[in-house]
Amino acid sequence: MMNLRRRVGAAALVMALAMPVAHAQTPAWTEIVATARGQSVNWNAWAGDEKTNAFIAWVGDEVNRRYGVKVNHVKLKDTGEAVTRVVAEKAGSRDRDGSVDLVWINGPNFLALKQQGLLYGPFTAALPNTAFVDTTGKPSNRVDFTVPVDGLASPWRMAQIVFVYDQKRVADVPKSMTDFVAWAKRHPGRTTHPNVRNFLGATFFKQALVELVADPARLQQPATDASFVALTAPLWAWYDTLKPQLWRRGAQFPDNGPAQRQLMNDGEIDMMIAFNPSEAAVAIHAGLLPESVRTFVFAKGTIGNTSFVAIPYNAAHKEGAMVVANFLLDPATQAHAQDLRQMGNFTVLDLARLTAVERKRFDDLPKHPALPTNAELGHTLPEPHPSWMTRITAEWERRYTK
Amino acid sequence: MSESQHGALRLTQVRIELAGRELVPALDVVVAPGECVTVMGPSGCGKSTLLAFISGALDAAFRATGSVCVGDEDITRCAPEQRRVGILFQDDLLFPHLSVGDNLSFAIAAQVLDRVERGQRVSRALAEAELPGFEARDPASLSGGQRARVALMRTLLSAPRALLLDEPFSRLDAQLRGDFRRLVFRHAAERGLPTLLVTHDPADVPPGGRVITLDDFVK
Amino acid sequence: MGATVHEVNGVPLRAGTSRWRRALAWAPVLTMTVFLLPVVAGVVGTLLPAFGYLPALGGGTLSLEPWRTLCAQPGFATSVLLTLSTGFAATLLSVVLALGLCAFAYGRPSARRLGAVLAPLLSTPHSALAIGLAFLVAPSGWLVRALSPWLTGWTLPPDVATVGHPSGWPLVVALLLKEVPYLVLMTLGALNQVPAARQLDVARSLGYGRSVAWLKVIVPQVYPQIRLPIYAVLAFSLSVVDVALVLGPGNPPPLSVLAVRWFADADIRWYFPAAAAACLQLVVVAGSMVAWLGLERFVARATRGWLVAGGRGGAAASATMLIASVCGLLFVLAVAAIVGMALWSVAEQWRFPDALPSAWSVANGVRRLSGLATATWQTLGIGIAATLLALVLVLACLENEARAPRPPGLGSLWLLYVPLLVPQIAFLFGAQVLLVRLAWDGAFAAVIWVHLVFVLPYLFLSLADPWRALDPRYARTAASLGASPARVFARVKLPLLLRPILIACAVAFAVSVSQYLPTLFAGNGRVATLTTEAVTLAAGADRRVIGVHALAQTALPLFVYLAAVIVPAIVYARRRGMERWG
Repeated sequence: MMNLRRRVGAAALVMALAMPVAHAQTPAWTEIVATARGQSVNWNAWAGDEKTNAFIAWVGDEVNRRYGVKVNHVKLKDTGEAVTRVVAEKAGSRDRDGSVDLVWINGPNFLALKQQGLLYGPFTAALPNTAFVDTTGKPSNRVDFTVPVDGLASPWRMAQIVFVYDQKRVADVPKSMTDFVAWAKRHPGRTTHPNVRNFLGATFFKQALVELVADPARLQQPATDASFVALTAPLWAWYDTLKPQLWRRGAQFPDNGPAQRQLMNDGEIDMMIAFNPSEAAVAIHAGLLPESVRTFVFAKGTIGNTSFVAIPYNAAHKEGAMVVANFLLDPATQAHAQDLRQMGNFTVLDLARLTAVERKRFDDLPKHPALPTNAELGHTLPEPHPSWMTRITAEWERRYTK
Repeated sequence: MSESQHGALRLTQVRIELAGRELVPALDVVVAPGECVTVMGPSGCGKSTLLAFISGALDAAFRATGSVCVGDEDITRCAPEQRRVGILFQDDLLFPHLSVGDNLSFAIAAQVLDRVERGQRVSRALAEAELPGFEARDPASLSGGQRARVALMRTLLSAPRALLLDEPFSRLDAQLRGDFRRLVFRHAAERGLPTLLVTHDPADVPPGGRVITLDDFVK
Repeated sequence: MGATVHEVNGVPLRAGTSRWRRALAWAPVLTMTVFLLPVVAGVVGTLLPAFGYLPALGGGTLSLEPWRTLCAQPGFATSVLLTLSTGFAATLLSVVLALGLCAFAYGRPSARRLGAVLAPLLSTPHSALAIGLAFLVAPSGWLVRALSPWLTGWTLPPDVATVGHPSGWPLVVALLLKEVPYLVLMTLGALNQVPAARQLDVARSLGYGRSVAWLKVIVPQVYPQIRLPIYAVLAFSLSVVDVALVLGPGNPPPLSVLAVRWFADADIRWYFPAAAAACLQLVVVAGSMVAWLGLERFVARATRGWLVAGGRGGAAASATMLIASVCGLLFVLAVAAIVGMALWSVAEQWRFPDALPSAWSVANGVRRLSGLATATWQTLGIGIAATLLALVLVLACLENEARAPRPPGLGSLWLLYVPLLVPQIAFLFGAQVLLVRLAWDGAFAAVIWVHLVFVLPYLFLSLADPWRALDPRYARTAASLGASPARVFARVKLPLLLRPILIACAVAFAVSVSQYLPTLFAGNGRVATLTTEAVTLAAGADRRVIGVHALAQTALPLFVYLAAVIVPAIVYARRRGMERWG
């Protein structure tokens, strides 16, 4: 008798563990949804890309339809603006009813807010859809630039460095960052990178650093004065030979990714770095790049990372923000986002944890010659510690701003 | 519309100076109802300033002493819109944004609310000015003489108790000048209005009228 | 003549509606408070952090640390030099071009409508022109596309820097596009105070050519009257942010852009050097004005001999003709900039080196336009509210001035110009901190208030001259007919001055539409106007979207201006006597 009961109990336990976690609607979550109804969430997000803006608008419509939560897209030129606002509000002692409810955030900005204790949470455990997030194959979903997220931010899109080139004008592509210099010498003035202050521009340098440094594991540690000088020496040597071969002889750089893309569209450059693997396909579809562009990555892998949304400590509408964050993780939303007619952002979810129906949504997404497959993207390299990025930016300005 | 029960226009010890320079020395004048007194003098000697003082529009740069009375009422400290002293300038100054009829209607007291009554008064005034049916006309489409007549009628419609004339004839050509002059004096006499005329042209002086020359007083 | 005396024999007049007059007497004080308080509070609020004092952010003691950080910034000297060089170049060129154009055009029958042609250009926001110009002069831009490959043989854009050139010359050109018309209109306005036509006749009868006569006779008289507008131009050129963001070099950028960048930085320790940079900007502007004064003296002394040397010179004639051609070229550039953006808004595909779009889509253009709806409504709402508030205050001040004993002195003119002379960056940060403290940031009302600070001076300056020039005898006549001052105001003054009032409102509305930094700071990013959206997107978003934005930015004030011209014409269609007003 006892043995049978124990065996049945054990089997039940095993079955429960083996089944994918269903939409566990905890009582706390239903309360949150109820409180959120009628709230208006100020989602501070970088607004330099029309597609992303359109997606955010779509999210607003859907969330309003299903949960009665309105979304106000506060358009930023730079995520730093939202951080400044939260800091200013803390300075002004406004600890409730903050003007920022949800912020699209990464890297140093996330680190800044986390370190100053300006984030609400941890809250991701309360979101039912967090269960679908891929935390093993995509480690960047848990650790943002070597900073543990600790549930203070919820992922919503993935990015991986790719390179886009116009195959009508150039036939050869570099195989690595080291090869970049040789390529640039063959095609002087036909490639560039965004300004180092921009996230994508700094990532260009990070990719180079990760490839040029002898021991990449040391980049996971915070940079010190000594380690920075030592480890970045090959980077600056490499860059000094590259810079004169860049567009405008390296005297001028586009401000951000879309500006760089416009240069390619205008025919001023033939190759550029991008953070979104589907960028080329999406851009061709929207008429922002010529049909002849294609995407490639390096064989040894490129840096990948996750975009998060976080809730400031003084947000006026925390529940609404959590509903939005949860909606972003909904498999249907993620598939919609990956659709290259929308944003074309690769998903943060683990497809294996989804039901067959939901997985099919991803399989049915449209394909494109400029769109790499998951296999082609290879594996991602981890991001260095954020302090490397800030130091690289400062050092670049010191060296090249006269 | 003739009211012959007006009082006299009395100026008592009116003295106006500007920056220490005396423009109008202690002036005592009594203008009887229906009488027209002419003030003459070369330009710049204070004739228009005197009229400005009487009508209540004297610039703050001037310093004035003395009093002005109409009939029994001392109007020296009244606001300009309460003095009921009509003034005609060289230019007709018909409001260009209003029609002829509206210009005239503007002068009728606000207490007369009945639109029909107001319209009738306007028509009567236009008939007197020999401009029947001109209510809807644009003032800019009238000739100089016609505008001058309308301006006179407008002033008279406001039922003033005294009349000030600041060289109103000088813009008109010789032919019109005589006709208009006679018209003005006739109406002023009919209504028994004490009238003060300022001019530099001796021909403007009404026959038998008193003349005061300001430069006799200027030191 | 025209102000009524309130005292006779030292005894006050018995006032008819003293309640109104007492209320009106508050108008100047209220107006000054409304638009000077944010400036003064803002400067103080920026000055203190510049010296390290901002307790809320951990800066408790005064120190020079922010200044040391500022000076240690790589490229700092270049930033300052760039600011000074572009600022002075733009101002000098605009003064020379404006005066030269006036010398050439004044009195010529063909140039009679010059004012009317320039006014719509003035209503276009700076940032829209900058965005259009960026497309025009880029190496892959319209000018090159129009000439390639048939003239230049280029199938790829040349690798030459124009937008973002380290010297900042596109920035200077963009500034000239608006500053030259502004100074020309100010000069034409100032000419009303000088019997210019008669003096020119005299000079020409003495044998001087038209242009030389204008330069030697009119300019010395008119210059003191346009000195304040020139200072406003100088202050603006030195501290402009939105145009510099679009066209200026980024590495290093001019000082004001540096300050804005640091304010937006995630690391709060950059607040203090940002405030220091803003204060430095204020010092730079103040110092430049002093330097300009010295330059005036120098030029006056240097040309004294030339003035009376007797040269009746043909050189001046050809110089002014050259200047007039340059001005014409600038006008063409401005129009081309806007037309380029208009083409982009209905283009579907426009690749280099096509001279015109290869695919069109009006439907998509309309769809993009509908995406602007929120920004458009907000721009409209803020503009109308600020303009109406400013109009009420200005009318109250002007009417009070007419009824008050004392005529306004020159000091009040300087006060009016204060928001135009103090760089925006120098007081907007302090104003934002104040607004956060009052929990008012991001509110529509706060944005309207900050816009009011800039709208009010322009509205006052546009309306004051026509208002004061109204023949005072109209008011006297109306008063003698028994109309109270209120009735005179409503039934005589307002209708007679309808056209100048509407045009002043159009100017004020255009100023509100152009504002970038004030909306950004006071609105805390929650308020999006066409200008803030356009500048945010200008860095490289879809040019078709940018085109629609720039077009909307231009069209809105233009419509208001056209309405201001057309409405009085319609209202007074049957009143020929109203044609000469305005």
